Amino acid sequence: MSGRWTSFNIASVVFGFAFLYLPIVLLIIYSFNESRLVTVWGGFSTKWYGELFRNQGLIDAAWVTIRVALLSATVATLLGTLAAVSLVRHSRFFGRTLFTGMVFAPLVMPEVITGLSLLLLFVAVDFARGFWTVTLAHITFSMCFVAVVVQSRLISFDRSLEEAAMDLGCPPFQTFMRITLPIIFPAVISGWMLAFTLSLDDLVIASFTSGPGATTLPMKIYSQVRLGVTPEINAVCTILIGLVTTGVIIAALVNKRRVVRESASRT
Amino acid sequence: MKAVARRLVILIPYLWLLVFFLLPFLIVFRISLSEPAIAMPPYLPVFDLEEGWRAIFDKLSQLTWGNFEFLLEDSLYINAYLSSLRIALLATFLTLLVGFPLAYGMARAPQGLRPVLLMLVILPFWTSFLIRVYAWIGILKPEGLLNQFLLALGLIDRPLAILNTETAIFIGIVYSYLPFMVLPIYANLEKLDYSLIEAALDLGCTAFGAFWKVTAQLALPGVLAGCLLVFIPAMGEFVIPDLLGGTRTLMIGKTLWTEFFNNRDWPVAAAVATLLLLVLVVPIVLFQNAQARAQRAAQ
Amino acid sequence: MTKSLGNIRRTFAPWNDPASRPYIAFENVTKRFGDFTAVDDLTLHVYEREFFSLLGASGCGKTTLLRMLAGFEEPTAGDILLEGRSLKGVPPHRRPVNMMFQSYALFPHMTVEQNIAFGLRQEGMARGAVDQRVADMLKLVKLGEFGKRKPHQLSGGQRQRVALARAIAKRPKLLILDEPLGALDKKLREETQFELMDLQQELGLTFMIVTHDQEEAMTMSDRIAVMDSGRILQIGTPAEIYEAPSSRFVADFVGSVNMLEGTVETVSGEMTEISGKDGLAIRVTGESGAGAGDKVWLAIRPEKIRVSRNRPENGANAAEGEVWDVGYLGDMTLFNVRLDTGAIVKASVMNSRREVEDPIGHEDRIWVSFAPDAGILLTR
Repeated sequence: MSGRWTSFNIASVVFGFAFLYLPIVLLIIYSFNESRLVTVWGGFSTKWYGELFRNQGLIDAAWVTIRVALLSATVATLLGTLAAVSLVRHSRFFGRTLFTGMVFAPLVMPEVITGLSLLLLFVAVDFARGFWTVTLAHITFSMCFVAVVVQSRLISFDRSLEEAAMDLGCPPFQTFMRITLPIIFPAVISGWMLAFTLSLDDLVIASFTSGPGATTLPMKIYSQVRLGVTPEINAVCTILIGLVTTGVIIAALVNKRRVVRESASRT
Repeated sequence: MKAVARRLVILIPYLWLLVFFLLPFLIVFRISLSEPAIAMPPYLPVFDLEEGWRAIFDKLSQLTWGNFEFLLEDSLYINAYLSSLRIALLATFLTLLVGFPLAYGMARAPQGLRPVLLMLVILPFWTSFLIRVYAWIGILKPEGLLNQFLLALGLIDRPLAILNTETAIFIGIVYSYLPFMVLPIYANLEKLDYSLIEAALDLGCTAFGAFWKVTAQLALPGVLAGCLLVFIPAMGEFVIPDLLGGTRTLMIGKTLWTEFFNNRDWPVAAAVATLLLLVLVVPIVLFQNAQARAQRAAQ
Repeated sequence: MTKSLGNIRRTFAPWNDPASRPYIAFENVTKRFGDFTAVDDLTLHVYEREFFSLLGASGCGKTTLLRMLAGFEEPTAGDILLEGRSLKGVPPHRRPVNMMFQSYALFPHMTVEQNIAFGLRQEGMARGAVDQRVADMLKLVKLGEFGKRKPHQLSGGQRQRVALARAIAKRPKLLILDEPLGALDKKLREETQFELMDLQQELGLTFMIVTHDQEEAMTMSDRIAVMDSGRILQIGTPAEIYEAPSSRFVADFVGSVNMLEGTVETVSGEMTEISGKDGLAIRVTGESGAGAGDKVWLAIRPEKIRVSRNRPENGANAAEGEVWDVGYLGDMTLFNVRLDTGAIVKASVMNSRREVEDPIGHEDRIWVSFAPDAGILLTR
């Protein structure tokens, strides 16, 4: 699609992005507010960032969150990639419809339902709630996001590349490792990043499935947010936003180079 | 060997989802049918094989629809479902109203600018949901930035009460779910061949006619996908009504949370979840069909 | 009568030698995809060092046939033999045949050298030998200085050469080529055709090629098989296919043709008299197997039709008409002549002289005629 970029088009884009970004920008600005009253500007200060590093509870929570996110993203990427391969490459197997349903449903399933049902599962099998239950829960819903990301890459994958490798004497498993995986790897990486941030951000499912000693950062933030807006929370949020934004931009730049290269090789 | 490897590729994620996605729903359903006394903490394991199969059959006979009857009798729950449905539908419509012009504007943007715009839509999605909702509290509070701004402009003479109303929930949902609406619509519009619109104009359509008969029609799959991606999770939303909606607004996700964490009535919470899932079965199946169609089209 | 249909490599014709054994044999091969029959009970023999083309429109089953040979599809019924041994159940990576893909299928994450070396490394060839072979291959396809590039840094023609080099690097006895020149523009395609032929001769390979381009098939092949709906309609040398098509489909598919419908009146020795559907009396020589009263078609190529302003003196097969369309192509001119009987006849005339007095033009009254042996009589 193209055609003239009318002033109406420009206005809707500008309004849309202003709406999307203004709240975040304000939040970041007010994290540097000297005043404890978050809505009154009292001068520039970084003192709330200093406060953060003295808040042991917050640091512990951040540590738990990062461990859960690293572990769950890695396992979810493995499982999600397998699921994507099953969906794209195996057009017929027993219970395929059910499988497809189970991959897509978690994408839209309200988190309260997923959280409650997983909790009841852990209770039913008498599995102690804590780090591991949160990790298992995060693997389960984020693997579906990975599966969708990898799947869309696999669909556009030129099968004749694999056939060419086999034709040249490469057995199927080696073909997957030497040809398919390197080519779809950027998608696998973005799947991992998506899983990582999903885990980092999740409040509802973690609240249901977590137990003593496994309070995650969002849970901690939530418990403080309920008490009101504070500059420390603004500071935590700013750090999180900064980390994620940097990661996403780096990934996008890497990805862009690849896309440019690939589209060049296709024409 | 080859067949075994092939089977493992399917079997591993399949079993995982069966155990951690499907089985939990069955347990939710099972617990929704029990008396509070049985399943309240300290709980009885649901599948305790040590008691033998007889015990399980005994338990089966104790199952009751009592929780569901309770839900249907108490107007609190009915109202929560209805109000969730109303809020989710209206919020979906509002998101479409904001999202479509944005997606349309992006699709018509100069080619070189589009990847940047796309990136800008995706970026907030990577940022914590909780943080983005939290950011609105500071804006919408009676003494918040919006009211300060409007007072300074002299548009109002006393602060508007927006936080802790349904309006705040709508703002929160539109804001949080906007990328989900924009992305599928943009994907559809972006690949739309502009010469189709030129052809329609050439054949005597007005600009609006061409938009309505060509652009809008061809964007329909994206609009449907976007609406489902917003509506389904919005229906069970907890964080937004909890943080922005105050105590007076009812939404079923919040009710479930309260039953579970505050009242500690697990069977009722399970029944609430079961009913919510039942309401969402049709849209979820629609969503999956749309996904499957898109996948087939791509292949 | 000793007439030749023209055989360019006169000495090479193993298919006529009952003692020679086929290199590849498709024996009653059938392939079904659900209800769709892609290849239907097909038998085909290809000989060593042959340049064999499968020619047909898209969807005729030719690519399926190649994919079965390479091992990407298994026949539903029948068997494929390579040097007399069945390939049944042999996976693609164990078959001694290599394929050049229509899309080239160059690995985008590997350099040209790595692409060419891929098959050799799989074989477990020593490093030095691999390097030597890769260098030889690059020289062979004239890409010496491009070894370190990635496929996306090459032009279409260069990619085609890399794909070719990769496919022949393992020295397969049989090379399968799926529309090898399909992605190239016309000029490059013509050049590459001859390069492929030279290469095949030089390396002594057997080539089996799939194409929908009849000119390409005619130029390169020793023999051509014309396929339609999963069956082979005719196998023969290019000249046989062009000059002696076995059916109306083949005559029409390969080159341009006039198809005159009629009924056999009398057959006396070599001569057959036909009354055309539109009242034209035609006398032809040559075997057809048709008897009096049979419905027949005379297939006659446009270049074998003579065009003149006056009635030809000795022409038995002559008719008068009006020039309907004139197409000037430079080397030749095409005429569509509307006969007074109503039929349209295509004729092509070589422009052997630069200047012609009074050239035939639109709406001129002219005569068309052809010799009794100019066409071929078809019964199906």
